[in-house]
Amino acid sequence: MNYLDFEEPLRQLTEERERMAELAASTGISAADTLQSIDEKIEQLTRDIYSQLTAWQKVQVSRHPDRPYVLAYMTALSEGSFIELHGDRGVKDDKAMVGGLGMVEGQPVMFVGQQKGINAKMRMIRRFGMANPEGYRKALRLMRLAEKFNIPVCCLIDTPGAYPGLEAEERGQGEAIARNIYEMFGLRVPIVVFIIGEGASGGALGIGVGDRVYMLQYTWYSVISPESCSSILWRSWDFKEKAAEALKLTADDMLALGLVDGVVPEPLGGAHRKPEEAFAQVKKTLLEALQDLRRIKPEKLVAQRREKFLKMAVYLEK
Amino acid sequence: MSWFKRQKSGILTSTEEKKETPEGLWHKCSRCKYICLSEEHAANLWVCPECQFHDRIGSAQYFKILFDDNKYTVIAPNLQSADPLNFKDTKPYKDRLRQAMESTGLKDAMEAAYGKLSGKPVTIACMDFEFIGGSMGSVVGEKIVRSVDHCLRYKKPLIIISKSGGARMMEAPFSLMQMARTSAKLKELAEKHIPYISVLTNPTTGGVTASFAMLGDLNIAEPEALIGFAGPRVVKETIKRDLPEGFQTSEFVLETGFLDKIVPRKQLKPFLHEVLTMLTANVK
Ligand SMILES: [Zn+2]
Repeated sequence: MNYLDFEEPLRQLTEERERMAELAASTGISAADTLQSIDEKIEQLTRDIYSQLTAWQKVQVSRHPDRPYVLAYMTALSEGSFIELHGDRGVKDDKAMVGGLGMVEGQPVMFVGQQKGINAKMRMIRRFGMANPEGYRKALRLMRLAEKFNIPVCCLIDTPGAYPGLEAEERGQGEAIARNIYEMFGLRVPIVVFIIGEGASGGALGIGVGDRVYMLQYTWYSVISPESCSSILWRSWDFKEKAAEALKLTADDMLALGLVDGVVPEPLGGAHRKPEEAFAQVKKTLLEALQDLRRIKPEKLVAQRREKFLKMAVYLEK
Repeated sequence: MSWFKRQKSGILTSTEEKKETPEGLWHKCSRCKYICLSEEHAANLWVCPECQFHDRIGSAQYFKILFDDNKYTVIAPNLQSADPLNFKDTKPYKDRLRQAMESTGLKDAMEAAYGKLSGKPVTIACMDFEFIGGSMGSVVGEKIVRSVDHCLRYKKPLIIISKSGGARMMEAPFSLMQMARTSAKLKELAEKHIPYISVLTNPTTGGVTASFAMLGDLNIAEPEALIGFAGPRVVKETIKRDLPEGFQTSEFVLETGFLDKIVPRKQLKPFLHEVLTMLTANVK
């Protein structure tokens, strides 16, 4: 288990518990009462720390190296029936954007999402979840395939942004993202979106136009990362905490601003502590959303999706 | 920095020149240093007569270039930012807005208007880079929404002239959602078979490129404009080597397949008239 800087007291307590358990095992003296009391302390401490996370700390949790990534959700939600599909039919198969079909409680769902790598090698191959244009085009291909066979779409977002590379520019990163957003406003099947980690900028929105958009409790969604915002507006990398607050990027902030439809609760201490619980919560939310959305006729579904996003502006007129 | 200010600073750099060239009377090309009368430069649509460098101009100049007799009606002239996040970095966003309004005389980074282009009714929305780097917040999004509504109501073609550093960070999530709003409206326009021509000018980057600027029925650009999603500095940091010559210029984007044509400013009006005439000829 990796611990974040603000979890230091938690790490110490957990290590203490481990020492105690080892001692008990080696001496054969029962320490059940002591261990239980430490467990209770750990839980209370976790609760205390996690009940008052700052915006920046939530950003840290969203990037926790042990956190489940998109493919883990796709596999868990479809109970082993997930079939990964590959390629944009144009350039190549982008490993940073994954997708495929799975059965969720007896109904097919088309999944798409950005996949971060689970180890050093895969992080390079998947470019840390930063998709190239062919990744967005692959996502659109899969969404259109879903539309053709009347299958709802579930987008799982976890990206620090679209990949800012040379080839990405050559192959039209801007056009790919724009095209996805535009076409998603015409897709005649339900789209349910979950931010399961990081939701950065156009790279997130490129698969983020949904009839329902949910954020997991310790995720963030904004136009820019707090670090980049700090470097541009404060002209220094040292103001990321301030930037994180100012950007109003947490799930609670986004819900309060009316820009997402709900916050999916995470297990105590974050999704990585009990991934199965996180998967179950997402699945429950997805099924409830689909139950509502499947009743709506395609024309109305599309019209409501547009209306929902068209409201997302605040201005004065005087 | 506005175009006329830059013009002045170009001239005021040398005291020798200062004596001979009264402020604002002469224009010195920022690229080839060619000097001509400001009047001549403006008559040449703010393009250097010597090297064809396209100076950055604002919505007022584009409207003057494109609308017949400079006659047009402004759409939603009173929109301004509400600072929905009460944003403050090194200074409050409200102060930045006030300063931008005072220095430019504009309310935000986009003006929209309808009028006639060589006799043809059109709606034109044009960005102003001088207003906080032409960044997109709720007001820019709303101007496009209102422009599309006008086009839908009167079946008029839409022209959007982009020139933007990207997102208005001080409106963070609202800025992001303008990419969605503008795209949603353009989808509606497309369904009614009303043409939308996107004109990309120097520079067009970030969220603007990744939304309405790349969604034209035709995407056209002025010569030598910087066009991209990620800025060149960011790309360079990513690939850790120098960028190829001409990377992310209009010419590069034409070659990679994301522009229909590069249209010099002097040909912009006749070009738009010609294509709009053809595109609308067989649509009821
Ligand atoms: Zn010149």
